Amino acid sequence: MTVAAVTPTATWYLLLAAVLFSLGAVGVLVRRNPLVMFMCIELMLNAVNLSFVAMANALGDIGGQTTVFFVMVVAAAEVVVGLGIIVSILRRRPNATADDLAELKG
Amino acid sequence: MELFVFVCAAVMIIAGAIGVIVRSHPVHAALSLILTLFGVAVLFVAQNAHFLAAVQVIVYAGAIVVLFLFVIMLLGVDRAESLRVDPTTVQRPLAVIVGVGLAGLLCASIIQGRKVLRERAQGIDTIGTGGHDANIKQLAVSLFSNYVFAFELTSVLLVIAVVGTVLLARRPGKTGSNSNADVPEAERKKAGVK
Repeated sequence: MTVAAVTPTATWYLLLAAVLFSLGAVGVLVRRNPLVMFMCIELMLNAVNLSFVAMANALGDIGGQTTVFFVMVVAAAEVVVGLGIIVSILRRRPNATADDLAELKG
Repeated sequence: MELFVFVCAAVMIIAGAIGVIVRSHPVHAALSLILTLFGVAVLFVAQNAHFLAAVQVIVYAGAIVVLFLFVIMLLGVDRAESLRVDPTTVQRPLAVIVGVGLAGLLCASIIQGRKVLRERAQGIDTIGTGGHDANIKQLAVSLFSNYVFAFELTSVLLVIAVVGTVLLARRPGKTGSNSNADVPEAERKKAGVK
């Protein structure tokens, strides 16, 4: 079997999604800028979407793709609300990092 | 050919994800995020999810990343933070250990269960039936029959999100003068101009 004859199976996609999810989790843990932490959450959401699509293709069920559609809509709403919160925080105290927001006082 | 597409897209995704984590400039991180999102869109096409690939590019790379860039530039936080200093000394090694452990556990479980997946593997039949827009038709039928209630609920969710964000991001008005006493002087001046 030559290299060109190898076709990636659903397992490959799931492994890639697992690695992407872990990278996003590391980013959330490491970075201190709230905006970049938010981007890392998007990375994790994309990893989950990728595994949903791979499973939908592997199992022949369109429901997985429908779920990804809903995840995208909810992610858009989540980004809007989250960025609204970040804007209102950073407007009050510029250059705030996640460490500065450890206490719940304005 | 499929292998080539997969490897290229995987390299794009991993490189973009690492870029989001290690680039110190928020704008660069957002641009790395676009690289990852495009790679995911390519893999969506490879997995017969053509409509979702288009939505991925339009909604994620188009709307969400633009929103990120807009907020970065609106707030003027677009300067590099130094990543050299580790605020709490044990955090980064601990985070890397957690990440590697998470990846290892997930990969182990996927490899453990790959036989079950192979037995049931059929694939979505998009090429054989229905022509070039079969995926959109299948998705539409699924969305507007089985999941139509959830679909309507998402519209309510979006309206609530928009109204809530407007309420959150609104500048404090002149009515409650006591409430914005702790706002910095420049900020109050800006609000007063408006």
